[in-house]
Amino acid sequence: MNPGPGRRLIPAYLVTGGRSAPSGPALDRLAVLIRTDTDLPTGTGAEQRRLCELLAPGALTVVECAAHLDLPAGATVFLATDLVASGHLRARPPIPRAGEIDRSLVERLLVGLRSLH
Amino acid sequence: MDSVPSTDRGGVGYLPSAAETLMKLVVTGPFGVGKTTLIRTLSEIETLHTEETMTQAGAGLDDTAGLPEKTTTTVAVDFGRLTVQDDLVLYMFGTPGQERFLPLWEDIARGALGALVMVDTRRLGDSFAVMDLVEEQGLPYAVAVNRFPDAPAHPDEVLRKHLDLDPGTPLVQCDARERRGSIDALIALAEHALTRLPASQEPS
Ligand SMILES: Nc1nc2c(ncn2[C@@H]2O[C@H](COP(=O)(O)OP(=O)(O)OP(=O)(O)O)[C@@H](O)[C@H]2O)c(=O)[nH]1
Ligand SMILES: [Mg+2]
Repeated sequence: MNPGPGRRLIPAYLVTGGRSAPSGPALDRLAVLIRTDTDLPTGTGAEQRRLCELLAPGALTVVECAAHLDLPAGATVFLATDLVASGHLRARPPIPRAGEIDRSLVERLLVGLRSLH
Repeated sequence: MDSVPSTDRGGVGYLPSAAETLMKLVVTGPFGVGKTTLIRTLSEIETLHTEETMTQAGAGLDDTAGLPEKTTTTVAVDFGRLTVQDDLVLYMFGTPGQERFLPLWEDIARGALGALVMVDTRRLGDSFAVMDLVEEQGLPYAVAVNRFPDAPAHPDEVLRKHLDLDPGTPLVQCDARERRGSIDALIALAEHALTRLPASQEPS
């Protein structure tokens, strides 16, 4: 498992080749994926199909989909990006308005955590 | 209020429709320190994991001729989910703290609230590399000392000194199998992260 000291490791999905990176910003691993009301064309790949079937009953984040489908997160980002582009999925960013963590969010997180005690 | 779809027969744990904002933090530390245990204690869904295959960047990625000798290694990243308020959900990602997983780390750390660095008092020395890595990522962090029954107990001040902690870095002692102490560790991290965020902008 240890590839030896000083060797740089990169995620395998980046070197599989033959697959151009999807255009536009990559989907966040915590983006919420929602199945739209559209049929899949007959030529749809098996993995795209599995992803859409997983999402038929409800929404999940990209990384949860990856875990349920036994796929690496990076590969699932690619699959989901394609399906969003073709309109079969919708993606919602994890932090809707501000786009990033701000004080008011962390304050609300703290209120929530304290209430879980 | 509707929540989990009634069609969730496989126990997938679909997101409640009210879950609008999703935050994440990283749980890290040396091997076997209790990362997975803490996530399992807190998660409302069965702990999930992804297998991330890391390929050694050998003699040039552009080498289209002969395949360079490649070494791959698989890292399991486990994670769980905790709804803290109806619309606010926290994801916890357990990530090994070794430098060689840095690229994976960067992906997971991006946009994270901060990191909880777990420490075993029997192996304090293993924690330094992890804290260095977290600091390099610029992530705020808190230290959670996971108390094992056979591990010697030390007062906070002694541990802080041995770990050479900055006075501002929180240290909590917990048992990763217990919910209350584990939540306290998250609270310490969130409080610390708050001190590092700039004052909110007035809405314009
Ligand atoms: N007594 C005691 N045992 C614990 C505690 N936390 C974890 N353990 C045990 O320690 C072992 C390692 O815990 P894990 O949660 O798997 O540790 P980890 O950091 O996820 O380990 P790796 O992913 O292999 O690096 C397990 O056998 C746990 O049951 C604790 O707070 N008290
Ligand atoms: Mg683990």
